[in-house]
Amino acid sequence: MRLLLVVLLDGLAYAAWLFLVSAGLTFTYGVLRVLNLAHGNLYALGAYLGATLLLHYAASGSEVAATLGLLLLAAVIIGILAGPLIERVFLRRVYSRDEEVQLLLTFAISLILEDVTKLIWGVTPVVADMPYTSFGSVRLGGISYPWYPFLLVGVALGLAGFLWFVVTHTRLGKVLAAVIADREVSATLGIHVPRVYTFAFTAGAILAALGGALTAPMFSLVPGIGADVLVISFAVIAIGGLGSIGGAAVGSVVVGLARSAAVYFFPELDLFTIYLIMTLVLLFRPQGLFGEIEIRRI
Amino acid sequence: MNRYRKVLAGLLAAAGLSLFVATAKADPPAGAPASLKIAVVAFLSGPASGPFGIPARNAADVWIEKINREGGIGGIKVIPVFTDEAGPADKVVTEFRRLALEEKVAAVVGYISSANCLAVAPVADELKELTVFGDCGTARVFEEGKHAYVFRTNAHTVIDSLGAARYLLAMKPDVKTIAGINQDYAWGRDSWEIFQRSMRQLKPGVQVVDVLWPKIFAGDYSTEISKLLVEKPDVVFTSFWGSDLVTFSRQAKARGLVEQSIVLVNNTGSDIKDIPATVLIGSRGPGPIAPPDVEKDPLHQEFIQLYKAKYGLAPNNYIAHGAYHFTQALQGLKVAYESAIKKAGRWPTTEEVAAALAYSTFDSPAGIIQMAIGNGHQAIEPAPFAVIKQDPAIGAHVFTEIRSFPAACVNPPDGMKSLDWIDRGFPGAKC
Repeated sequence: MRLLLVVLLDGLAYAAWLFLVSAGLTFTYGVLRVLNLAHGNLYALGAYLGATLLLHYAASGSEVAATLGLLLLAAVIIGILAGPLIERVFLRRVYSRDEEVQLLLTFAISLILEDVTKLIWGVTPVVADMPYTSFGSVRLGGISYPWYPFLLVGVALGLAGFLWFVVTHTRLGKVLAAVIADREVSATLGIHVPRVYTFAFTAGAILAALGGALTAPMFSLVPGIGADVLVISFAVIAIGGLGSIGGAAVGSVVVGLARSAAVYFFPELDLFTIYLIMTLVLLFRPQGLFGEIEIRRI
Repeated sequence: MNRYRKVLAGLLAAAGLSLFVATAKADPPAGAPASLKIAVVAFLSGPASGPFGIPARNAADVWIEKINREGGIGGIKVIPVFTDEAGPADKVVTEFRRLALEEKVAAVVGYISSANCLAVAPVADELKELTVFGDCGTARVFEEGKHAYVFRTNAHTVIDSLGAARYLLAMKPDVKTIAGINQDYAWGRDSWEIFQRSMRQLKPGVQVVDVLWPKIFAGDYSTEISKLLVEKPDVVFTSFWGSDLVTFSRQAKARGLVEQSIVLVNNTGSDIKDIPATVLIGSRGPGPIAPPDVEKDPLHQEFIQLYKAKYGLAPNNYIAHGAYHFTQALQGLKVAYESAIKKAGRWPTTEEVAAALAYSTFDSPAGIIQMAIGNGHQAIEPAPFAVIKQDPAIGAHVFTEIRSFPAACVNPPDGMKSLDWIDRGFPGAKC
């Protein structure tokens, strides 16, 4: 029983992290129908800037709100700087092109951003773990847990609720739904579709950077962290369904719990478990758990 | 007349001085090239660049500058060709061919990844390109084949994990349970295999309570740490390096694993400023962890001063082991060339340099290096281990409880495979 509690706690903490790092990828795809391979780099930029702000402005005794505020600020700065730039200068030119062209373009942006990150922060690991170590810990299931990962569970739940509310209960959500359903018809109804695209990509970029910024206190940051996050994020949203925020949430919980159980009971299958679940889901439901079959327009 | 004599005397003096200067600077050997191009290959990008590649490249840079200041190799100036090791092995091999065939380098020094060393070795023989591996660890290079043109001037990986086992038993002779957490690829698997086989020989009855295999660069180890906290092993052995080592050890510290169990790292694969105090750690050969004899070696001190002057160092003067290994490779080449020149009386062939390097012994910033095994192509080194502690006087982490196991204690004899040697109870080991 105690072991199951520990498996559950670890699984939920990992699931929260997975949701935070994959929400932006699925949101961007949901609106723009572009799989953004630079997602991991936006995550890395958010992580590096978040760590930098923590190292410069957060003392070890900083309050939770002040620390989270700095990390949110880092995410917003990265999203607002990089989002409109990437969407308006690059992506806008390829919406009508084949998916391969879109993938190649975002891959090229990913390579550029990787070098930008190295130019700014270098290659030596950056460590800014004050919130992780200084927010205290709690004993659960007989072992010590820092509060910080559970704080992320709360942030992930809050973010999921916020996104659900925006999409289903606001005018903005209705506009997004209209553009997702048919961009040409939306334009004829008076919706400024290019502006919606810029907004959506920027929001996705902020989400990606937020995932990174909130991760920064837990990991040491080195070049290449974005690539690994992109792979795991893709697995999560493929399980949940591309473009579905709810799917990303469910996918995160499924993967988080499965991986946690694998570490405890079948450590040799740690990594394999995630891709086994993805394979099984895609075999029986190629559109993912919450994805919808899309009719291809000619 | 007086004036004429003075001018004549001046001319004679000038002629004498120029003759003296000309003879003081030794003529290059017959057949010497105008310059000696040496490729230096290390990770200049990617996750291995920070902990290993960049320090190694910088070390090669300052050491080649020193060699040139002192007259070069055999009187010939060395010109480095720095190359990025990043990318899959086939790309690394293509780059090696380019260095040999297009850049026409006299020798290639470097390679940090074991996979790259295994891929490059047969191609070096095929192209007859003198190649001195600078840091990679796998013992397979010379235990599974002979390579006439390939050398490794640092010890192979066996000293990391066997040294870890010996140090652990020196520090905690009554250890009963061990657990492992290692990256799920060749380095992690090899390290654990050598460690647990060594432990079984050295401390029969020791129990393995858990073995965890997260993927390389997994980032988060919370779940694994929870499990280790539940299992409560006496010792947690890991071969993590770089950001994985930093993240794991800091998460372990935050959650009390470092207090509950001894955390033992077989190799300083990261900057020690990021690793919590009380962690037990090793370095592949003396260098970062310098026993007294190496600490006093003038080349060791000179290397630290040169590196600090050009690239800067923390107050603890820590430089990663890859950096020391690259200077060893360059020292080995220098000594071999000069020995071969002396023997041949002219600029030597590649084969003559290779013959001079085999079974040689030379001084380096990491102390005396002996090319003692692998048919004289593989170095043996002592295995120093230490405990990390914070030194308030300098405000940085330093090494304490340093213990160095002699080379003959942690390396197999020439001609014997490492795992066979361990399984047979280390025959011939001199500890």
